[in-house]
Amino acid sequence: MAGELASPTPALRGSARRTAALRLLRRRLIQAVPLMLGVVIINFCLIQMAPGSFLELMTAENQVSDPATVALLRKTYGLDDPVWMQLLKYIWALLHFDFGFSYRQNMPVIQAIWIHLPATILLMVSSIALAISIGVAAGVVASMKVRTFWDSLVSIAAMFFYAAPSFWLGIMMIVLFSVKLGWLPVGGMMKIGGNGGVLDILHHLILPTLALGLFYAAIYTRVMRSSMLEVAQLDFVRTARAKGLSRNKVTIHHVLRNALLPVVTILGVQMGTVLAGSVVIESVFSWPGVGSLLFDSVSSRNYPVVLGIMVLGSLVVIAANIAVDLIYMWLDPRIEIR
Amino acid sequence: MSGQALPLEITDLRTTLFTRRGEMKAVDGLSLTVGAGETVALVGESGCGKSLSALSVMRLLPDPPARIVGGQVRLNGRDIVPLPEETMLGIRGKEIGMIFQDPISSLNPVATVEKQIVEVLMTHTELGRGQARVRAHELLELVGMPDAARRLDAYPHQLSGGMCQRVVIAMAIACSPSVLIADEPTTALDVTVQAQVLALLKKLQADAGMAMIFITHDLGVVAETADRVVVMYAGRKVEEASVDELFENPLHPYTVGLIGATPTPGAERAERLADIPGMVPPLNALPQGCAFAPRCKRVMDRCLTEKPALTVPGPGRLVACFAAQGG
Repeated sequence: MAGELASPTPALRGSARRTAALRLLRRRLIQAVPLMLGVVIINFCLIQMAPGSFLELMTAENQVSDPATVALLRKTYGLDDPVWMQLLKYIWALLHFDFGFSYRQNMPVIQAIWIHLPATILLMVSSIALAISIGVAAGVVASMKVRTFWDSLVSIAAMFFYAAPSFWLGIMMIVLFSVKLGWLPVGGMMKIGGNGGVLDILHHLILPTLALGLFYAAIYTRVMRSSMLEVAQLDFVRTARAKGLSRNKVTIHHVLRNALLPVVTILGVQMGTVLAGSVVIESVFSWPGVGSLLFDSVSSRNYPVVLGIMVLGSLVVIAANIAVDLIYMWLDPRIEIR
Repeated sequence: MSGQALPLEITDLRTTLFTRRGEMKAVDGLSLTVGAGETVALVGESGCGKSLSALSVMRLLPDPPARIVGGQVRLNGRDIVPLPEETMLGIRGKEIGMIFQDPISSLNPVATVEKQIVEVLMTHTELGRGQARVRAHELLELVGMPDAARRLDAYPHQLSGGMCQRVVIAMAIACSPSVLIADEPTTALDVTVQAQVLALLKKLQADAGMAMIFITHDLGVVAETADRVVVMYAGRKVEEASVDELFENPLHPYTVGLIGATPTPGAERAERLADIPGMVPPLNALPQGCAFAPRCKRVMDRCLTEKPALTVPGPGRLVACFAAQGG
């Protein structure tokens, strides 16, 4: 077997793959540390550059004009320190999970975000799930019926939802489904006075999920369609056909899994924009999530909260990307210990 | 030819490419037979219609643009050209197996070796998953896979080209087909591995009595494997002979050119290999007469206007050439 000595790579069994996954996880976590530091510094500087301070709005709203009180407040919030000192203090506090205090909610920033976080996570997860399931299914259908009526229909729909701004789509859906037809609530997360039953929340979740998810569904549809068509041309698909497998079996068992890889890749890249998109959608639908909190905090110059959301948002995106890496590894055995 | 039907009998097969630039006759009236245990080599340059002939027999032509427009392909006596796709599903992989050129890309990169072999067994046999696994292991040992038990869990990228080709061969013979089509099965492999794979194919064929079509452009491989040789040029058969006769006394000028272009061990180093001048004409611009005429050393006036038909210069031989017929 002279020529076959070249690659004595042992097959990666289950346990070896788990070890490789753990190694990947560890490396990504280590990489996350400098990344988070960069995020904190850049966001802190951006907010320093923004005009006005939350103190001005706070004193104006509460009609405080006494210079002594203002000076006391400046001291309390550490605004008299030089910027670099404030930054160092902020990083030090962050290391102790202290994100500062929100005067507006009259509670620690971390608590204010924590209250709003579940609603946002729910909206993000449901939107991504919708986007992937619709995107993959529509892409597969379009690729199997390529250059037919169904293919064109899918392409036109994808183009429409890709081009339509999500806030506009949200408003139009409210007009149609809530105002005209009265099927779905206009906004909020549950009925006023409701007890937050699962069905009630799901009922309120439908429109925001559609408004946020359809844009991404459109992207995944296009990517999935072209990826399916590309994989279908590869040699191993012909081998599978030569084995006597039906077209459907070949598509599902051989083409689909290979075609999913680019979708998973862009999913990781887009995690951040889904979070950003949810800020807009939450405002349109009065969804009580972190996006609404951010919008409110920006308007009231409540900078500790803004900064806290940015830091936590980055954490969510980094975590999601690690998850995507692990999924990618599971889908494609060629990605190994590197 | 009487009595039992031959495993494979191709009669006047015509496959056409329907493209924007017009119709191209990729396979133009090919006839050939392969008996049980016999190996017929299909030889010619790239684009001469070898692979499309094979895909026609598998009914796996890329449609569009390629379609069978005429002829018969009799598999154990049954013409498979008019069969519906559902019937073909039961034939591919069971009655005809096929091996492809590039073994590594012929395997699904995200499925294990075991999964890909088990799949063909479960499609065509009554074996349960557990039995199919056992059979997959046996098949890997049969094709001489080193350390077969461990390779079942491997993914294609963890194997060498030679090992991948063994897996592809295992899948092709898994259901003991009566016909095996090997489309340049050794072209992408190292020379040492080539020899191993050829030896393996010969052994498997002898053991199971399979009829084999061996497609190649390598005359060295032909000499080693084939019983009979069919030389194709521009979609047509130009010569057919037993392998010994073909090398001893090639009749068609194209065959002569092909043999002249093959390096011989021991020949003078300084000696330049003979080449065939010119290129294969594009299929949509074939000359009116013999397609080889523009490149032929023995071209005559008649070759430019008339297409030579196949004639029988001797027992078991066919040639389509006016010059070889003696004008």
